[in-house]
Amino acid sequence: MKGEINMQKLLKILRKNARLSAEEIAVMVGSTAAEVEAQIKELERSGVIRGYSAVIDDTAFDDDSVLALIELKVTPQSQSGFDEIAATIASYDQVESVRLMSGGYDILVSVTGKNIRDISQFVNQRLAAIDAVQSTTTHFVLKSYKENGIIKSDSEKDERGMVL
Amino acid sequence: MDYDKLLSREVVSLKPSGIRRFFDIAAEMDDVISLGVGEPDFKTPWVVRKKAIDILEKGRTNYTANAGLVELRKAICEYLDKSIHTRYDPKKEVVVTVGGSEAIDLVIRALVNPGDEVLVVEPAFVCYEPLVRVAGGVPVIIETKEEDEFRLTAEELRAKITDKTKLLFLPFPNNPTGAIMRREDLEAIAEVLRGTDIIVASDEIYSELTYSGKHVSIAEIEGMRERTVVINGFSKSYAMTGWRLGFAAGPEPVIKQMLKLHQYQIMCAPSVSQFAAVDALRYCDDDVAAMRDEYNMRRRLVVDGFNKLGLDCFTPQGAFYVFPCIRSTGMTSEEFCEKLVYSKKVAVVPGNAFGECGEGFVRVSYAYSIAHLKEALLRIGEFLEELRNG
Repeated sequence: MKGEINMQKLLKILRKNARLSAEEIAVMVGSTAAEVEAQIKELERSGVIRGYSAVIDDTAFDDDSVLALIELKVTPQSQSGFDEIAATIASYDQVESVRLMSGGYDILVSVTGKNIRDISQFVNQRLAAIDAVQSTTTHFVLKSYKENGIIKSDSEKDERGMVL
Repeated sequence: MDYDKLLSREVVSLKPSGIRRFFDIAAEMDDVISLGVGEPDFKTPWVVRKKAIDILEKGRTNYTANAGLVELRKAICEYLDKSIHTRYDPKKEVVVTVGGSEAIDLVIRALVNPGDEVLVVEPAFVCYEPLVRVAGGVPVIIETKEEDEFRLTAEELRAKITDKTKLLFLPFPNNPTGAIMRREDLEAIAEVLRGTDIIVASDEIYSELTYSGKHVSIAEIEGMRERTVVINGFSKSYAMTGWRLGFAAGPEPVIKQMLKLHQYQIMCAPSVSQFAAVDALRYCDDDVAAMRDEYNMRRRLVVDGFNKLGLDCFTPQGAFYVFPCIRSTGMTSEEFCEKLVYSKKVAVVPGNAFGECGEGFVRVSYAYSIAHLKEALLRIGEFLEELRNG
């Protein structure tokens, strides 16, 4: 039965909870497990879904870890523009995200490190060392309130009472 | 002081909701996974909250007209025209109330003389019967049955009508069963009522939460507008329970008397809520649709979950409750709920809280996140497993 599953809807479900089984999702959207599986496979194959990961609050188990956002001004390359340099930066393990930006700088990199020294070493040795990088501005994150659409504080309690 | 002598006999004799005791148990336990709430888990759409903030900043916190802001009454009439294809005059045929609950009380007191019979469809929200009693009316219960998908049938209705029948409460989409009335069901009911002097109070508070086609009101069935008071509000559709805002729309002679009572007891509904509600009606169709979509996914998951656990669960088409049958466990509704909360810390509401015919069922709210619902279903599964293994 049941035809095409709405892709937006499927992605919305997975974005919130990627651990639901195909059966569960099928029940929720009124489809079959086989169709849901096929649709997810297709989204994976076409590169819409790039992977599945846990949303981890690093500070919950490692108080010292540090997240930094680093702005880079970069000289674009004649052939590849910013792409090649961005790809190089993206290949480093400690880098969480690399984004080309509009505005006062070109590339925004987010990096996690064991401590501040760890990050400053990374900026010095890895980023500043790239010829095309003209300057770097490093912002250390003091506190994170929401990541990947998930609010991190535990203070959002359900205050609704039992009501008929 | 002998308070027993002092207090109103009628009020004292009202069933103290036996359920209170159970709620207290659940409230005092730590880490209870509740499936007991009767309100949305969504926040009121931001535009509505923002409007209230603006109104507060401007200090527009006076009384409004007794019947409600004209602007809001107009918006309500437009909404009714659009949603249930029924026209009302904003000046004479609408009153804005403190929640749907006030509208229920008003319609009873505007119509009921001592001894008049009021038909109450059960299982249903708990307020109808006591309010009828306090007003001197005689509640006559019509029980709906699972084999009818908890719909009111023309036969059951006809069997309960006497020459004293004044009013029929029609609570669909239904809390706690999630049942709805389709157009053909309403046609059959209308056939019985046309030509009588019975008024229908159609409590449509869950009207925006229907999952198989659009909600149909009995007011839009031929010949019924003149004998129907439509009760609705903002609590469920716009996630605005705490704003306390509802309304009634109906024929002028009835609304006029309701307004008189409203004027004496309430003055007017909260003005900040009223201003905000105008924007809810104007700008929040998409929010309502998104919430409905989310509820629908949960509904399917929870119905499927209960059926897989072996608790038969009829597929509700409205509201945000499922009403599984627990008779297979050999327990009463209250036993089931009490044991479940003690052994697995999951709270659901005994079906008999909604009328005697709710016995053998429990009400489960799915106004919770998917993760929360899955955890609760898991625990209920463990509970049933342990029961089976003695």
